[in-house]
Amino acid sequence: MSVLVVAEHVRGQVRDITYELIAAGRDLSGPVAVAAIGSDPGALDLNRVGVDEVVHVRVGQDDFENDVYQQALEALIADRRPQVVLVGFTVNSIGYAPAVAAKLGLGFASDVFAVRHDGDTTVATRAFYGSKVHAELELPGERAAILMLRPTVWPAAETAAAAPRVSEVKVTIGASRARHKEFQDQPKADVDITSAEFLLAIGRGIGDKENIPLFERLSEKMAATLASSRPLVDAGWMPSSRQVGQSGKTVKPKVYLAMGISGAVQHLAGMKASGTIIAVNKDPEAALFNAAHYGAVADLFEVARELEKLY
Amino acid sequence: MKIVVCVKLVKVLGDEVEFTTGGLDVDPDYLEVALNEWDACALEEALRIRERLGEAEVVVVTAGDKRSEEALRRCMAMGADRAIRVDSVVLDPLSTARALAAAVAPESADLVLCGVQSSDSVQGATGTALSEFLGLPRVAVVKKLDWTGSGPATVHRELEGGLVDVVEVDTPAVLTIQTGINQPRYATLRAIKLAEQQEIAVIAGRSVGEPAYRVRRMFSPPKGEGAQMLKGSPTEIAGQIAVIIKERLK
Repeated sequence: MSVLVVAEHVRGQVRDITYELIAAGRDLSGPVAVAAIGSDPGALDLNRVGVDEVVHVRVGQDDFENDVYQQALEALIADRRPQVVLVGFTVNSIGYAPAVAAKLGLGFASDVFAVRHDGDTTVATRAFYGSKVHAELELPGERAAILMLRPTVWPAAETAAAAPRVSEVKVTIGASRARHKEFQDQPKADVDITSAEFLLAIGRGIGDKENIPLFERLSEKMAATLASSRPLVDAGWMPSSRQVGQSGKTVKPKVYLAMGISGAVQHLAGMKASGTIIAVNKDPEAALFNAAHYGAVADLFEVARELEKLY
Repeated sequence: MKIVVCVKLVKVLGDEVEFTTGGLDVDPDYLEVALNEWDACALEEALRIRERLGEAEVVVVTAGDKRSEEALRRCMAMGADRAIRVDSVVLDPLSTARALAAAVAPESADLVLCGVQSSDSVQGATGTALSEFLGLPRVAVVKKLDWTGSGPATVHRELEGGLVDVVEVDTPAVLTIQTGINQPRYATLRAIKLAEQQEIAVIAGRSVGEPAYRVRRMFSPPKGEGAQMLKGSPTEIAGQIAVIIKERLK
């Protein structure tokens, strides 16, 4: 089953998801071709175990624009006729991969966390209904399929001893209708949650902004650093410097005590490598219980009150 | 000036789950419904543009069965001017986008807004696919939108790790809106009541072609792998947590 991986890079750096996609492609018993789309594709480090070929697609500029990637991927699919195209379930890929599938009438599924072959059929596993159920999806065998794979699921492919074969696909790219202007880094933060040994992380379960001081006090008493899931940052209750997850910080403390966090996929991606994860939630079905080492189905305010007495 | 906002009535699963006889979906009795959170942010953004520019028609569109009109009514209660439902069976994000396009294209909107993803499916695909069917430029995962009402818009895309990509996009365009861009307003009870009376245009969905995938089976994921559940009263649970923390921080 021939696999085409689209490499993702930002400011000249290949993103980890690319190496994860290569590992996933290798599991499908490829040949695996990796497309490097950029102004200097040869500069991208794609020398990884499992890569049979790197396909350079030279375009005018290095920074991502969805029109460029869409045209490049369409040209690659026409040229290479892969059976499966793997891209990351990332902000960049969300901007073009579904459009390519829509235009070419391909099979498509996103946020996929397992892929396998069953005869001629590709079977992808993903979650529905707030990650509370999983589903196996059959991709149509007679057409190519684009699968957007969930980051941090596959281990990154290791560096290879020998360099892969390099080829080139030439494309003529039309003018972008959505143009990259600049990158803006996040402003320097008051706190670095990535260096904390003990994080007390709070989520939507705390219910109200009024309750934030309660957890600020608790974190001080416990000598923990206060962190948060995305919804509290979206609501403006917590600063973005304290946000854990895909669009926030990736953390790896010794202890991660999560209170009222249901465990959205994007949150899990940012904290699942923590040493010990303890989750308190009143919903017994909270997805975070699957990633946690210890869990308690309980009222988080009562547990917080009792914890405070112990410190 | 016209802004179209595409919305979805999402399904929310509670504590318990049962599957349908064929095992291809969750038994509807176990599902509640709500207006998708991302779509509420998209609508709020449209309403704010209308308020800023002084005039604009905000049209909300959904694809689905009669029940999905609940999402449209909630949007009208928040302030949308007009609503359209494309009567269709929703199979996958690409067929949803194709169904939506049938209603959105004739509107010739100046701007089309969608949520980045839906809370029940999390595919992140409908808005991007819709832009393809409409032949419009797009930007996905927009966290900030600056637009004077004509000419290109300047938007912020939020990348992984919090890096912001500033993008200039020609209009009309399809933008998929990320939560956190705004705080959607609440609908008053009076507005919710009034919205019950408002008319919703219904157009027939066309045949949607081959689906992007077929569900083979749906199932409950293996639970709590490795997670040891702490039992007892809140006092006992807190005690156990404190012991674990002290042990691990040694």
